[in-house]
Amino acid sequence: MTIERHNYDVLIIGAGGAGLRAAVEAREAGLRVAIICKSLFGKAHTVMAEGGAAASMGNVNDNDNWMVHFRDTMRGGKFLSHFRMAELHAKEAPDRIWELETWGALFDRTKEGKISQRNFGGHEYPRLAHVGDRTGLELIRTMQQKIVALQQKDGRDTGDMESGIKVFAELTVTDILKENGKISGAYGYWRETGAEVLFEAPAVVIATGGVGKTFKITSNSWEGTGDGHALALKAGANLVDMEFLQFHPTGMVWPPSVRGILVTESVRGEGGVLTNNLGERFMFKYIPDVFKDKYADNEAEADRWYEDQDNNRRPPELLPRDEVARAINTEVKSGRGTEHGGVFLDVSKRIPAETIKKRLPSMWHQFYELAGVDITKEAMEVGPTCHYVMGGVEVDPDTAAAVGVPGLFAAGEVAGGMHGSNRLGGNSLTDLLVFGRRAGAAAAVYVKSNGKNPVSEAAVTAAAAKIQAPFDREGGENSYSLHAELQEITHNLVGIIRTGTELKEAIEKIAEIRKRSANVSVSGGRKFNPGFHLAFDLDNMLLVAESTAKSAINREESRGGHTRDDFSVMNDKWRQINNISSFDGNKVNIREQALPVMPKALFDLFDIHELEKYMTPEEIAKGGSN
Amino acid sequence: MARNIKLRIWRGDSTDGGLKDVVVEANEGEVVLDVIHRVQATQMGDLAVRWNCKAGKCGSCSMEINGKPRLACMTQVASFGEEETITVTPLRAFPIIKDLVTDVSFNYKKAMEIPAYEHPKELAPGQARMEQIDVERSQEFRKCIECFLCQDVCHVVRDHEENKKSFAGPRFFIRIAELDMHPLDMLKNRKKTAQEEHGLGMCNITKCCTEVCPEHIRITDNAIIPMKERVVDIKYDPARWLGSKIRRREGL
Repeated sequence: MTIERHNYDVLIIGAGGAGLRAAVEAREAGLRVAIICKSLFGKAHTVMAEGGAAASMGNVNDNDNWMVHFRDTMRGGKFLSHFRMAELHAKEAPDRIWELETWGALFDRTKEGKISQRNFGGHEYPRLAHVGDRTGLELIRTMQQKIVALQQKDGRDTGDMESGIKVFAELTVTDILKENGKISGAYGYWRETGAEVLFEAPAVVIATGGVGKTFKITSNSWEGTGDGHALALKAGANLVDMEFLQFHPTGMVWPPSVRGILVTESVRGEGGVLTNNLGERFMFKYIPDVFKDKYADNEAEADRWYEDQDNNRRPPELLPRDEVARAINTEVKSGRGTEHGGVFLDVSKRIPAETIKKRLPSMWHQFYELAGVDITKEAMEVGPTCHYVMGGVEVDPDTAAAVGVPGLFAAGEVAGGMHGSNRLGGNSLTDLLVFGRRAGAAAAVYVKSNGKNPVSEAAVTAAAAKIQAPFDREGGENSYSLHAELQEITHNLVGIIRTGTELKEAIEKIAEIRKRSANVSVSGGRKFNPGFHLAFDLDNMLLVAESTAKSAINREESRGGHTRDDFSVMNDKWRQINNISSFDGNKVNIREQALPVMPKALFDLFDIHELEKYMTPEEIAKGGSN
Repeated sequence: MARNIKLRIWRGDSTDGGLKDVVVEANEGEVVLDVIHRVQATQMGDLAVRWNCKAGKCGSCSMEINGKPRLACMTQVASFGEEETITVTPLRAFPIIKDLVTDVSFNYKKAMEIPAYEHPKELAPGQARMEQIDVERSQEFRKCIECFLCQDVCHVVRDHEENKKSFAGPRFFIRIAELDMHPLDMLKNRKKTAQEEHGLGMCNITKCCTEVCPEHIRITDNAIIPMKERVVDIKYDPARWLGSKIRRREGL
């Protein structure tokens, strides 16, 4: 069989925000770039981001600057973020947003005609650049169109529009290939035909997004199967802190057709309040000590904040996501939830219908059309839904290079470190831009100094055999039912509240499914066959779930997106530790690694009393590294 | 409450195919995509269907439901009669790949033919100032989720393969309109090229595209008609005509 072969300088797996931004950067550095996406071009999950992109431009409140943003990010991540990533992100985010404007993006404006910025959970000032509530779509479209602009330029220069950047849509990568310990390319198949494809490229940027499909209730689409996490593990890279998953506090729980779908945090930012079945605005009960000075403890002050933000503390509905998710979970478990296991989120009483439709247009439209719910008239029923994974590929902050695998880079949700134990809303869209750009730039530098690294025939043969295998088995396991079983396990045993015994059970059960998955067989042919596609996605999800469960059992504390019933408080010792997952070809192994220490210049940006809530006396005495 | 519904699904590929009847369970509040997924998981493991967000935001699950171009994730099962058979078929304007999946590459080729946004050279990043009211006109068109239902329904290409070469379709007319109305875009002649190179003139404003748009973009009224009017103004304005004969003019 002759295999379709392509040769590029940089191969980008994933066409969401991070992948596209990396592609633009690598192309502008003069390299030939291939972009691979599992879906059609422009459908990436980034389009679902509603709230906005956090960048301290200071357009609405000029007290804002990168240092305030940095502090908010570290605080939101419970001081487990890699300080350098949080620093680079906060410093570079404004430039990345302004740059989009030069590519044609049209953000909403302030009265002075600048980019408007809105409030969001965990951000001290109005900071999120936005376009109504479809900011992610604007980012994707802008970069998609920027790529077309670059292709048109290449067309003028060479006569072939696809000579510099080519998009390979509806293609799944099954293996990242290495030769002599360095990246040499990737292998995969066209989803449309099932035909196999080899890409030779000395640098690979993984930008595959998240892992939500590992869970039963999720806001993620079918694409969120942790492909990049698993590919990186198999290629010898590490994953950092995979126990930290963000359950977005307000996913729809009813009606079933919209279960899991997000109600953007802007609904709360614009004045939406959370109540239980007693009509009680319960969030006031759940303000943790570390946030007491920033959040209002009474309704009157909370209500005043919407008008006067300088003299009032913020409403507790705008606490970081993990706090809100846990509060809702507690209310529901205590019997104060709605009949469908959620709580009420109501924006209709505070804001006139016309204003809601204007400020939250796609929210209104979506629920009205998908479920017949009119959010201008009635409350929504919401509860936590698996939304985002903070954990991911361990990378060098400045270059987004995967630790331990020369030629491999990772950016966006698939990369770990930036968000620590909990991500602030709005930080992911700018994360994509900042680190997507850095990954593209660093990949270009790497290729220029390292040159080609041809793929061996042995590697091709091995990768091809893997793809054919499920067709050669007969009467084996069904990938759909194995996937459903995995989702039950993660939902019940590795979900929002965890315990040691349940995690142990989960690890055993996941291993069992993994054994059975080696025997998956596929009915039908290779042509656009979802059963066949799922067989590969399943393998990735199993590896991710194993890494999450093993990291979770190791971390004996509760922090951000990891809550242990048997270790219910934060522990200073664990704040200094990253759980590192690696793969030995057989199973995931976890080892503890010291978290990098903040340099003094960053340490000094914080009020010492705030740091005391998170750090040990020894760390405080040291005052950061030098 | 779960009940059984009748679904008729087109199955096949570019060489051959036909409608297959299935009975499948549907729960309260479910949309057509939910029941298609149930068929896929329980009865037809290799049934091909595109989807991503299942929230009306990505525009992947475009198909024809009882003959109408729609998003399967935005079509509630309850909108059909209890005894009614729901028939799902692939988009008719595009070549079939398999089952409900069609080859929509036509649209991506057209996208590459529309000249890109041109930012004013002297305007550094962060310096742009625009009024909200001025960006809103283009923002309406930038809501487009590229489901290509407008392209599918448009009779200029729906049954006229031969027109595809010279007709960009409603999705790309709003792209041109968006750039034309962009407060900062520097490229001239967008309306003229819409007419001369992208087939704007072939549209006879039957508004079918507007009707199927899941984002409720007023494609015909707000994009196509204003561009057509301006093109006509320019073409038949005697002063301009004379001017264009006396010396070649840039811009419209």
